[in-house]
Amino acid sequence: MNTRNLEILVGAFVVMAILAMVMLSLKVSNLASYGDDGNVYAVTAQFENVGGLKVRSPVNAGGVRVGKVADISYNNEQFTAVVTMQIAGEYRFPLDTSASILTAGLLGEQYIGLEPGGDEEYLAQGSEIELTQSALVLEQVIGQFLYSKAQEE
Amino acid sequence: MISDWLQKIGHRLLSRFSRVGRGSLFLWQCLLSLPYVFTRPMLLIRQLFYVGVQTLLIILVAGVFVGMVLALQAYIVLVDFGAEESISLMVSLSILRELGPVFTGLLFAGRAGSALTAEIGLMKSTEQLSGMEMMAVNPMKYIIAPRFLAGIISVPLLTSIFMAVAILGGFFVATEMLGQYEGVFWSQMQAKVDFYEDLMNGMIKSLVFGFVVVWIAVFEGYDCVPTSEGLGQATTRTVVHGSLAVLGMDFILTALMFNV
Repeated sequence: MNTRNLEILVGAFVVMAILAMVMLSLKVSNLASYGDDGNVYAVTAQFENVGGLKVRSPVNAGGVRVGKVADISYNNEQFTAVVTMQIAGEYRFPLDTSASILTAGLLGEQYIGLEPGGDEEYLAQGSEIELTQSALVLEQVIGQFLYSKAQEE
Repeated sequence: MISDWLQKIGHRLLSRFSRVGRGSLFLWQCLLSLPYVFTRPMLLIRQLFYVGVQTLLIILVAGVFVGMVLALQAYIVLVDFGAEESISLMVSLSILRELGPVFTGLLFAGRAGSALTAEIGLMKSTEQLSGMEMMAVNPMKYIIAPRFLAGIISVPLLTSIFMAVAILGGFFVATEMLGQYEGVFWSQMQAKVDFYEDLMNGMIKSLVFGFVVVWIAVFEGYDCVPTSEGLGQATTRTVVHGSLAVLGMDFILTALMFNV
C-alpha cells in the first residue's frame, strides 16, 4: 500500500476517534453543563432530613430545571443538614421562596422543588432559604400510619 | 530424589524472575527509544495503520452488538420495575465505565497483540533483528518503539469509537425496537453520566490497558524462543496474559477509581 493511502486511512481513523470523543462528551455526558458554572448564584437551605438527595441532584421550580445541588453538609450546632444549591443566574426567586425535597415518581430520584413566595426582594449569592420541607422518609410515613391506625382502635 | 524436585521448583522460580527482569529492562529500553520515533513519524503512521486501523472493523462490529444486547437485557430487567426509561443510563454507564475499555483491551490483545508478537517473533527467528544490529541499526528504535507507541495511541482511540458505537447501538434498539422516545433516552443519560467521573475514568483505564497489552505483545515477540514452536507459544501467551492482565487491572482500577 502506498504512503498516501496509508496516511489517509490513519487520518480517517484519528478523525473518527475524535468525533466519537466529541459525541461522548457533549451528547452522552454532562460536559455541556459544566460550562455554565460561571453565571450562577449559590443559595443555602437547612433541612431536618435530606433523604436520598445527592450532590448534582436537580433543583426545579414549577417542573423546570433551574439549578443543581452543589454541596450537602451537616450543621453541628443546629443538627440540620445544610444543602447548597447553585441556581442559574437567569432565574430569580423572592426571598420567601420555600424549598422542599420531593421525589420523582414513587421510588425515583429526589430533587429540590422551589415554591416562589411574594417578597419584593430576590434571593442573591449566599442568601438562605428559610422555609424548608424535609424529604419524605417512607419508613416514617408507614410508622405514623400504623400509629394512627392503632389509636383509632 | 527430593533434591531434584527442589531444583525443579528453584529453576522455575528463578526463570520466572529473570523473565520479569528482562521484561522490565525491555520496557526501560523501549521508553528510552521512544524519542527516536518522533524523528521518523512515517514509521509510527505505518504501525498506526497495522495496529489501529486494521483493528477498527472488529471494534465497530463488537461495539454495535454489545450496545444492542445490553439495551435488550436492560429492558428485560428494568421493565419489571417500571423503570424502562433508565435503559440509556444502564447502557451508557456500563459501556463507559467497564465494557468499553475492557472489551477494547481484550479485542486488541486478540487482534493486534497476537499479530505484533508473531511479526516480531518471526523477525527474530529469521535473524532479521540480529541482521539489523550487524548493520548498526538499533532494532529497539526502528522496530519496537514505533509499534509500542502505536499501540498506546490506538487503544484509547479505539475505545472512544467502541463507546460511541455501542451507545448508538443501544439507542437504535431502545427507540426502534422497544419504542422509547429519543428525548427520554438522551436526557436520562445526560442527567446522570458525569464527564470526569465516568467518561474520563474510562479513558484512563483504556490508556493503562493499551500500555499493558502492547508491552506484553512486543516483549513476548522479542523474547520468544526462535523456533516455530516457540513462536506459537509466544503468540498464545500474548493473548492469554494480555487478556488476564486487562481483567486484573480492570478490577484494581475500578476499586481505586470508584472507591466502592
